[in-house]
Amino acid sequence: MEYSILIVITPFLLFLFLGLVGGKLKPNVAGLIGTLGMGLCAVLAYTVAFQYFFNVGKIGESWSQIVPFNFVWLKFTDLLHIDLGVLLDPISVMMLVVITTVSLMVHIYSLGYMKGETGFQRYYALLSLFSFSMLGLVVATNIFQMYIFWELVGVSSYSLIGFYYQKPSAVAASKKAFIVTRFADLGFLIGILILSFYTKTFDFASLTANDAELVTTSFAGGTFMGLSLATWALALIFMGGAGKSAMFPLHIWLPDAMEGPTPVSALIHAATMVVAGVFLVARMFPVYFFAAPDVLTMIAYVGAFTALFAAVIAITQTDIKRVLAFSTISQIAYMMVALGVSEYGGHDGLGYMASMFHLFTHAFFKALLFLGAGSVIHAVHSNEMKDMGNLRKYMPITNITFAIACLAIAGIIPFSGFFSKDEILAAAYHNHPAIFWTLWFVAGLTAFYMWRLYYSIFWNGDKKYDGHHKPHESPWTMAVPLVILAVFSIFSGLIPFANFISSDNMPFYTHIDWKVASLSLVVAVTGIFVARMLYRKASTKPAEIAQKMGGLYTASLKKFYMDEVWGWVTKTVVFRYICEPIKWFDRHIIDGSMNGLAWVTQKSSTAIRGLQSGQVQFYTWFFVAGTLVIALLVLFL
Amino acid sequence: MIKLEFYLVISTLMFFIGIFGFITRKSMIAVLISLELVLNAVEINFAAFNRFLFPHQLEGMFFALFGIAITAAETAVALAIIINAYRKLGNININDASKMRG
Repeated sequence: MEYSILIVITPFLLFLFLGLVGGKLKPNVAGLIGTLGMGLCAVLAYTVAFQYFFNVGKIGESWSQIVPFNFVWLKFTDLLHIDLGVLLDPISVMMLVVITTVSLMVHIYSLGYMKGETGFQRYYALLSLFSFSMLGLVVATNIFQMYIFWELVGVSSYSLIGFYYQKPSAVAASKKAFIVTRFADLGFLIGILILSFYTKTFDFASLTANDAELVTTSFAGGTFMGLSLATWALALIFMGGAGKSAMFPLHIWLPDAMEGPTPVSALIHAATMVVAGVFLVARMFPVYFFAAPDVLTMIAYVGAFTALFAAVIAITQTDIKRVLAFSTISQIAYMMVALGVSEYGGHDGLGYMASMFHLFTHAFFKALLFLGAGSVIHAVHSNEMKDMGNLRKYMPITNITFAIACLAIAGIIPFSGFFSKDEILAAAYHNHPAIFWTLWFVAGLTAFYMWRLYYSIFWNGDKKYDGHHKPHESPWTMAVPLVILAVFSIFSGLIPFANFISSDNMPFYTHIDWKVASLSLVVAVTGIFVARMLYRKASTKPAEIAQKMGGLYTASLKKFYMDEVWGWVTKTVVFRYICEPIKWFDRHIIDGSMNGLAWVTQKSSTAIRGLQSGQVQFYTWFFVAGTLVIALLVLFL
Repeated sequence: MIKLEFYLVISTLMFFIGIFGFITRKSMIAVLISLELVLNAVEINFAAFNRFLFPHQLEGMFFALFGIAITAAETAVALAIIINAYRKLGNININDASKMRG
């Protein structure tokens, strides 16, 4: 399995190649090289997955962790060393497949979507950099390697959001994304340091081995502000995950990140990077479960709130990419909830499996939704719903694939979203009824806003397009990925996921809980039906309802003023009451003492400058007088 | 018997006369002569202390001889410098040689 390292190295070499000499190549050649390289990665990832799941992965009854490649990168002491390596276990292999597949689709799609853009080669170089970082993240053998790639992912996301760097809004969005996630990563780093200070290791395998025995025993009952240190460490690590996965209240960067090119949104802000937080919690799941169950409960509640919050906002947004962004936040929150409500081992670990399952299916249908939205934007040159409508007659492929993705995310049987969402709801149903009913309601909202989006784009009256702006179906480079992802969206739910992925790596048997499934189906169909009534034909009914809702509608449209709250917190509280005093201290105390020192030195040197006359005898006089004074002092004191 | 103190008084007088001359004379030659007085005062001290404190040893005497040799060499160098200064400045007034460079 040593060749699995190539999956990580290939995109890095591509990045170097395209970054250094890409500018000299023709755009098409650069794009083709990037796409072929990613195709190679995808083939390798599928080979690894096949070999892992069907040949070498299963030892006895359980899935093993294979480390085909590991080397000590930084060795400080015998105990403290940072390694780089490849860890293959069910979730990392699953992530390899997801990332390479979506990345390959995005590479192909971008050949058409980004055609003629300036910086086409730079775009492909950055895509490769991102793929490299994300793949490195999921195969990380230790938490510090994960942190390194975690930051790399942040950087490449920053440069891709800010791809249109002449556009002020894109620059602002990229900065916002970077700063917010970086702020969260501060917590992550502190958490890592606390954790490894006590456990003396960064290694995932050692941390999670034997029901996370190392973590539960090594903290020795230390507490801080009423909570155990292990709880603090793991809560801080979750803070990093919450930043990347856009959990409330750190979600504010994700909607703005839609300023980047649409395929980038599909790759980074739907399928891969934003699930890094979920992946992190899943990777550390035994540690969370055994050392800090409180944190897991907190994750469940944060997730449930975020899911509801984002879904409510998604209903009123009019920018189609923003609807998708909030839907992404909501769906990732679903995965977080599933982890939060999960228990350990066998069928009790259903939530863990459900989370990974939803991550897997969501990656495909959400990437499909974004790519479909990109195809629409490509055709009508606008992000706003009001510029669209009736597009089904102009763009049949996009229409059908988009509808499939909407069915999948709404959770209609037998599309993939149904199966994974059903597992999440079933996991919540048994342990946390309140969370279950929240998620159930969110499922209805999800169906409603997705179908509102669908009808608004493709139906909603018989809008006429005139002149050369007439919309047209996208070129085959864009249509083919849509079709492939649609196939994935339909069938990926049929995989018996519990056979492959479980909290304790032992396969278990699941069945569809028909009570939960029928409840979720009912609410999803209701949501779709309401959306169909309101938006299938152009009507004034939505506006009237909005009028009636009044304040709630405005609040949702303004995203519950979270940006303003953060703006207030940073500008008024942090800047005025923390930064201003620090600035004053710096200007007056620090600079003041330095300036004072310089002033005193200058004045005294001016005063004694006259002594430096060049007259030897004058110097001698001082020398002798000084010697005499010292001699007298020595004699008489 | 001549006591040690007599030597010391003489050498101290010579030393301070030398210092006085070194500080007050304007001619470089006079300054050089004053410097010789200072050094000779030191050498008298060496010889006197050697004579009275360690009569069976000769280190002080040798040191005085060394001092005389070094003084001679130093005088030669100093005279060369004075000649150069004269060529440069047209006189040997020490106050005119205040720039510490050629």
